[in-house]
Amino acid sequence: MLIQNMEAEVLAARQMGREVFLLKLQAPAVTAAAQPGQFVHIRCSETMDPLLRRPLSIHDVGDKGEIVLLYQVKGRGTAWLAGREAGDKIDILGPIGRGFTLPAGKRVALVAGGLGIVPLLFLARRALEAGNEVDFFYGAQDKERLYQLETLKAMKINLFVATDDGSAGFHGQVTRLWEHYLEERTYHRGYACGPRAELAEFARLAAKYSMAAEVSLEEKMACGLGACRGCATALLDARGKIYYENVCTGGPVFNAADVYWGDQVK
Amino acid sequence: MKQTVNRSRVNLEVQLAGLTLQNPVMPASGTFGFGEEYAPLFDLNRLGAIVVKTITLQPLIGNPPPRLMETPCGVLNSIGLQNPGLEVFIREKLPYLRRFSPPLIVNIAGRTIDEYAELAERLSAAGGVAALEVNISCPNVKEGGIVFGTVPDMAARVTAAVKSQTHLPVIVKLTPNVTDITAIARAVEEAGADALSLINTVRGMAIDIKTRRPALANIVGGLSGPAIKPVALYAVWQVAQAVKIPLIGMGGIMTSRDAVEFLLAGATAVAVGTAGLVNPTAIIEIIAGLEDYLVEQGLNDIRELIGAVQI
Repeated sequence: MLIQNMEAEVLAARQMGREVFLLKLQAPAVTAAAQPGQFVHIRCSETMDPLLRRPLSIHDVGDKGEIVLLYQVKGRGTAWLAGREAGDKIDILGPIGRGFTLPAGKRVALVAGGLGIVPLLFLARRALEAGNEVDFFYGAQDKERLYQLETLKAMKINLFVATDDGSAGFHGQVTRLWEHYLEERTYHRGYACGPRAELAEFARLAAKYSMAAEVSLEEKMACGLGACRGCATALLDARGKIYYENVCTGGPVFNAADVYWGDQVK
Repeated sequence: MKQTVNRSRVNLEVQLAGLTLQNPVMPASGTFGFGEEYAPLFDLNRLGAIVVKTITLQPLIGNPPPRLMETPCGVLNSIGLQNPGLEVFIREKLPYLRRFSPPLIVNIAGRTIDEYAELAERLSAAGGVAALEVNISCPNVKEGGIVFGTVPDMAARVTAAVKSQTHLPVIVKLTPNVTDITAIARAVEEAGADALSLINTVRGMAIDIKTRRPALANIVGGLSGPAIKPVALYAVWQVAQAVKIPLIGMGGIMTSRDAVEFLLAGATAVAVGTAGLVNPTAIIEIIAGLEDYLVEQGLNDIRELIGAVQI
């Protein structure tokens, strides 16, 4: 794994919606090695408070060494990040983690909930480059929270939109929209990123239709190198017993069937 | 008057419990995995010593998530000593670690005194281990660990049991979660410890006010990072007055200036933990910064700093 620590220059920073920001960085070493599903680990402070880096999945890469990040301001770290401007330098570590597994020349389903769009846009781009037919299901609370629609519409994907309030596309959850297509279409593989409950439903549907499926997970993270074991998530072994794997280097992409979806682990 | 010191003549080497360290800076156990995780980012041969994550006799899956919570200038963790167990460590991790020249310090924890003794015996026979660090201070597992670190007599019994099974130097790692850390330090010294590591994390808690649940699944965790540095520094200074064996100081060391404080307080060496989680090359920067400090101060030898605080 080729993890590098570098100072990346901010090329562009802009607000995409309420509390959602896009950041474009010059990071050729990351761009060259990055796989969809991998992330960069970002220092979000000039002081010791906040202390830890923030992991952000790679949203897109450009052909001149740029990486694009899309993130929601959730606390002090991401608020600091939202204050960066073009020309600023940011300390990043990456690319990190196990990305999505892509076939070539198959039909694949991508299911994004909310900011689950982040790694799946990059995945869609690479899936198309590998000659796959891409069905892209994208759900959000309302049409204001559907980000990057124009970028997605410009790609040669089959785009299906859902909103919880019906303000755009299908009225209801994106997994329900996907389920309508599962009866008639066979997918070589499915991929999802989004809220935990939606990922659990995605995993249930993938199992029901006997489909290989991968999900991108999140946990609070410290080192990002697999050293501290802080970002553990619960998986099930072959005998159905719980064990813990690092999200940073064991993931963040996992086989949906391996994830322990019970929300209360004791 | 300050002397002019040639950088190439500055000595960073220290002796600690029979080990020769090329510099007094090592990673803190638990934050450095088994070394291989940091190898892509710097040459492990530059470290004063290599200190690996706690090994237990049987594998431990660790605590359920969430295991981490950031707090002001610090981080609470409750990993629960997740590790592959002694056999896998010896078979799969040790061969890799033997490639490096700095002394390898293996941290051990048991549920019983017999387990500590067995770990000591088997690791001493494994080859490639330079010293044992005895963890009697992990705040995150129910059995063992901290149970042995809070009662002087228990701490002494674990130390004596480990000493009886090994020819290697024995370093005992102390918890700050006690009324008088010097009482534990003295008991451990009398039982034969060759050096002490201090401090392990400080017990703490955080609550999510939206869900009204503890931020950590384990409820309690260990606080580390700059927030605990004054606590750690005071513990090192106190213990340095109370014992004759050398100390490895740790707790919130982020920069070489922090490391100098610990040396002045009486530590012979220092360990860097949380800083490496934030900045993976922090430990290398701290080694370089110590050298710069000596040059700036007109000192030839880092040993001149040890315990040199002026009261």
